[in-house]
Amino acid sequence: MGEYLVEAKNLCKYFQVDRHHTLKAVDGVNIAIRKGETLGLVGESGCGKTTCGRTLLRLYEATSGEILFDGKDISKLHGKELMQFKHRAQMVFQDPYSSLDPRMTIGEIIAEGMDVHVKLSGKERQQRIAELLAAVGLTEQFASRFAHELSGGQRQRVGIARALAVDPDFIVCDEPISALDVSIQAQIVNLLIRLQRERGLTYLFISHDLSMVKHISDRVGVMYLGSMVEMASSKEIFSHPKHPYTQALMAAIPEVDFDGEGKKTIERLQGEVPSPINPPAGCRFAARCKYATDICRQEMPKLVELEPDHFVACHHCDVCGK
Amino acid sequence: MQTIPKDKFTIVGVEPDSADIIARPPINYWKDAWRRFKQNKIAVIALIVLLLLVFMCIFAPIFSPYEYETIDKEARNVGPCAAHWFGTDKLGRDMFTRVWIGGRVSIIIGIAGALISMTVGCIYGGIAAYFGGIVDNIMMRIVEVLIAVPYLIVVILMSVVLEDSNIGTLLLAMTITGWCGTARFVRSEMLRIKNEEYTLAAQLLGVSPWKIVTRHFIPNTMGIIIVNITFSIPGYIFSEAFLSYMGLGIQPPGTSWGALASAAQSQFTFYPYLLFFPVLMIALTMLCFTLIGDGLRDALDPKARK
Amino acid sequence: MENKEKILEVENLCVSFHTYAGEVKAVRNVNFHVNRGETLAFVGESGCGKTATSKAIMRLWNPPFVEIKDCSSMKYNGEEIMDMDKKRLQALRGNEISMIFQDPMTSLNPTMTVGKQIMEGLMLHRHLNKEEARKEALNMLRMVKIPDPEKNLDAYPHQLSGGMRQRVMIAIALACEPSILIADEPTTALDVTIQAQILDLLSNLKKEMNTAIILVTHDLGVIANFADRVQVMYAGQIVERGTTQEIFTEAKHPYTWALLSSVPALAKENKQELYALKGTPPDLLLPLNHCPFAARCEYCMQICKEQNPMETELTGTHKVSCWLQHPDAPKVESFYDRRKK
Repeated sequence: MGEYLVEAKNLCKYFQVDRHHTLKAVDGVNIAIRKGETLGLVGESGCGKTTCGRTLLRLYEATSGEILFDGKDISKLHGKELMQFKHRAQMVFQDPYSSLDPRMTIGEIIAEGMDVHVKLSGKERQQRIAELLAAVGLTEQFASRFAHELSGGQRQRVGIARALAVDPDFIVCDEPISALDVSIQAQIVNLLIRLQRERGLTYLFISHDLSMVKHISDRVGVMYLGSMVEMASSKEIFSHPKHPYTQALMAAIPEVDFDGEGKKTIERLQGEVPSPINPPAGCRFAARCKYATDICRQEMPKLVELEPDHFVACHHCDVCGK
Repeated sequence: MQTIPKDKFTIVGVEPDSADIIARPPINYWKDAWRRFKQNKIAVIALIVLLLLVFMCIFAPIFSPYEYETIDKEARNVGPCAAHWFGTDKLGRDMFTRVWIGGRVSIIIGIAGALISMTVGCIYGGIAAYFGGIVDNIMMRIVEVLIAVPYLIVVILMSVVLEDSNIGTLLLAMTITGWCGTARFVRSEMLRIKNEEYTLAAQLLGVSPWKIVTRHFIPNTMGIIIVNITFSIPGYIFSEAFLSYMGLGIQPPGTSWGALASAAQSQFTFYPYLLFFPVLMIALTMLCFTLIGDGLRDALDPKARK
Repeated sequence: MENKEKILEVENLCVSFHTYAGEVKAVRNVNFHVNRGETLAFVGESGCGKTATSKAIMRLWNPPFVEIKDCSSMKYNGEEIMDMDKKRLQALRGNEISMIFQDPMTSLNPTMTVGKQIMEGLMLHRHLNKEEARKEALNMLRMVKIPDPEKNLDAYPHQLSGGMRQRVMIAIALACEPSILIADEPTTALDVTIQAQILDLLSNLKKEMNTAIILVTHDLGVIANFADRVQVMYAGQIVERGTTQEIFTEAKHPYTWALLSSVPALAKENKQELYALKGTPPDLLLPLNHCPFAARCEYCMQICKEQNPMETELTGTHKVSCWLQHPDAPKVESFYDRRKK
């Protein structure tokens, strides 16, 4: 097992809505990502996965908790060291339409980060832009175009090239494919996998599309209402989900593989995700969980290693894990 | 069904990269905006009329045989004729020259007023939006207080305090609270851009705040600011006309369209042409700016692009 | 199955958008029919004309920007929709054909209570008085399984969650027991667990009311679990159609293969290369006198770039528009079949 590149311990991010209401977007999450691996983060909308990704990159200041990047606490970084961190950790955004400045050419967008971190001559700069475009499967002629002339998939490639421009080690991919069409999704996922192989990148892949997450990730973490409920290798979590929420999620995926008999009838998860503003004490999932007992409503379960490298946060793993 | 030769049925597959080439020619933002502005016939006509007016304001007084302040007792209250195209006033001054001289003042005040309030408003609103939080809160409360002060009282007080009325004092009086609306509008626009993902991306890349403002905030608000300037110019022209009409504006022998109209109103039943020409110019200019603004809004609106 | 009653027959439907750049032909000569009580799915990528088609059925497009060409014919129960006057259309919409949209927030009126919005249609089309309508609205809320219906009848849309709003939309759409329900990406904006709930609800209601559903979606998973027949659309044309079984097991069009294999299956090994189509769909401004998929097709032949293929009938239900079906064409083994082995 390789060493950890990114480690978050007991990470919390609260937003103050008004004097009496706190939105606990991320509440006591532990994440550890090894060098060169992909950690998938899944969960329904509002579960805090995007906030989690942004906090890890210091786009938001964490309310409490510690974030270690390559062994250094990033909340204490200043000046040069902070620039060094920004140089090594990047992000690919969800919306290919709002993530590119409509008034800049593609070349300018890609060069933006480069200009901050390295000094290049005009010619070298041009060459580097062409290299980056080629790396994401676009031709040099795109450099002089504007974002609105590109299709969604092409824009997302530019977003990836912009992140790659500063030669990062770690990239947070925040729903990079959810705004794209199916056939284009496959292009982007293939590209991400190829780049990882070529450059030894480490990804945090945030998505609500379970089958894509399973496909691209080595390990998967499942979030529910600001806390991590289960984390295991992607194979393990999809074949033997232990937490009742993970099980419900898996059951809800409409499977494409057509087995001939058509429509499945599976027990559906009832109810909806409660509001993360002032959430109840105890297990966040208790209100929708069929295994819930009194202890679930009073005490928040801790994430424990049930099997090697399989972490679950549930009071009743012995019953529902079967 | 027609027969098809067999050799057409061999698989050629996909040509590499053939599908990823953009078919449409590259187009720059301003070029595209100009192209779409040109499609709006009315706006183009308005632009031509406006340019003509500006041209006349600059050159007509130079080539006119009369000086605008020269009094000619022989030719008082002459109606429009070959010698005096727009006639003369009660002191025998040539109205044609006076109208264009007055136009200089009116248009300069209109444009300068809009530019000044826009600049101040942009800086103020930009600072409030960028720093946010308590800074934003305090700055916006100040703006609200300023907006609450009646505009006319401020202007009258200003002209009383500053005593003589020339272009400078008029501009000062009009813009001293005029920038507040702009500041609010620029602030909301910048707040929107602050939340766009490309701003986040720039922050992540370690781009300095100054560069984020100059490279992302300003270019992306530019279009909307230009439209706003165009729309606010008629307001300033009208304010000037209004103030001059009330006697608070330009003092004789200097003149403006408003001042001309004011001087003409007492005799307007006898000499309607004295009122007609300055009022026509005010109306034309205001209409032109409004129509151009309309065209610009359609041309520069990023949402209308495809 | 064969002799089911056709409730809607669409022939030669053409829809064009008039933009500054020219005429965008969004739907090009589309033919299909809907049987009573079945679920017909339209699948395809954004801009392929699936939404344009479904909106055209209700004549929701307004000239001059969008034009339904005169050559089009749409027969509802034998009655030509293209010839209907305003009054008849009004009666048709909501009463006989109704629609639910992707985003339940923008399609509900935020200033009216949920109950009022359901009652509106009931009072207009079924001529109920206020009390009857309210009672019926309450029943509808119960039917779509909204918890605490008495209380939620007087709630405003913003007080409900996304899934609840979509349930309300369904209640509104089904209030007058229409014979066709058009569902345009009904679950795209929802989370997976909620999506499953909504789909279950829709299929139960369909059985109860014998309503035909036209489902517009890009999600193949939803179709596999929910639809009876599938029509695959690409660049404004239907390239393949068949029963769900036929499309998922015996697809014949290269585009359908590509769609099916670009979704990772849960049972497969991780991090393998997914099949990805190159490039992007064609610009619909172009006339496209050849196969629209030719530029991206791995099996593209010379003929594909010259002529549009005819629709070949494989079985009574399965039809495909592809030159590979021509007797002279080489027999190919699809990458999709290869993959399955």
